[in-house]
Amino acid sequence: MKILQRLVPHPILTVLLTVVWLLLVNHFSLNSLVFGLFLGVVIPFITQPYWPDRPNLRNPWMILQYIVIVLYDIVVANIVVARLILFKRNKNLSPAWVCIPLELRTPEAITVLAATITLTPGTVSADLSDQGHSLLVHCLDAPDPGAVRDEIKDRYERRLMEIFE
Amino acid sequence: MAQIYEILITAFLVISGVFGFVGSYGLIKLDNPMSRLHAPTKATTLGVGGVLIASILYTLMSEGRLSMHELLITLFLLLTAPITANFIAKMHIHRHETPESLPKVGEDQSWATLAPEKHKPEAE
Repeated sequence: MKILQRLVPHPILTVLLTVVWLLLVNHFSLNSLVFGLFLGVVIPFITQPYWPDRPNLRNPWMILQYIVIVLYDIVVANIVVARLILFKRNKNLSPAWVCIPLELRTPEAITVLAATITLTPGTVSADLSDQGHSLLVHCLDAPDPGAVRDEIKDRYERRLMEIFE
Repeated sequence: MAQIYEILITAFLVISGVFGFVGSYGLIKLDNPMSRLHAPTKATTLGVGGVLIASILYTLMSEGRLSMHELLITLFLLLTAPITANFIAKMHIHRHETPESLPKVGEDQSWATLAPEKHKPEAE
């Protein structure tokens, strides 16, 4: 068991690399599965020194839920923003900067949060404060910046807290 | 059966075309650089996503196998799109924003892009 833990310190990374390899091959066979697993074990092992404090992902079920929520939000927000662009005059749009105080401390988690904010159209994450305690977000149309902040904190950050910390 | 596939493929292609168009139109129509940045993020998500789903369906129909390269393209796009957006936003902050024009930082000193340059450590 100990040996297994040292060989595969990050099971999710191993699985991810194997799946990406299989997707690259684009054809399932035992050969590619074995080679994928080989890569999935060797790559985390030799990159260990360059990435010392890898976060432990606790909650695989929560990760899946998070991905589904983000995909759904991307579709919904796309439609919302398309309507803003097509049907609303520029002078009626109220673009705003919003400052989001972060409770997340893991760098990887903050990266995921920032990427999520950019991917859901209507919001773009622009900058981080110098100590990494708040995130600067630009909204395309936010009459009420407080509501945007609360939604991001409640919808994404709370879930990322459960996954990463 | 083939007809259903064809209708689905067409639908996805049209959807992605519409979103690609709206994204490009927004780039012209919106009136300040940060708002303009919002438009291309649409084109990369739903616009490209629609084409990729159509492509998966097409290989499923014509060759009878599930092609998964498209999922990888989506994955890599989703990984890289926020980084380019962030670079453009940072450049905008450097050139057009001052600490006064941005909202308060909260508990820290300043936004990282505008932070006063620290003394660089001497080379050893």
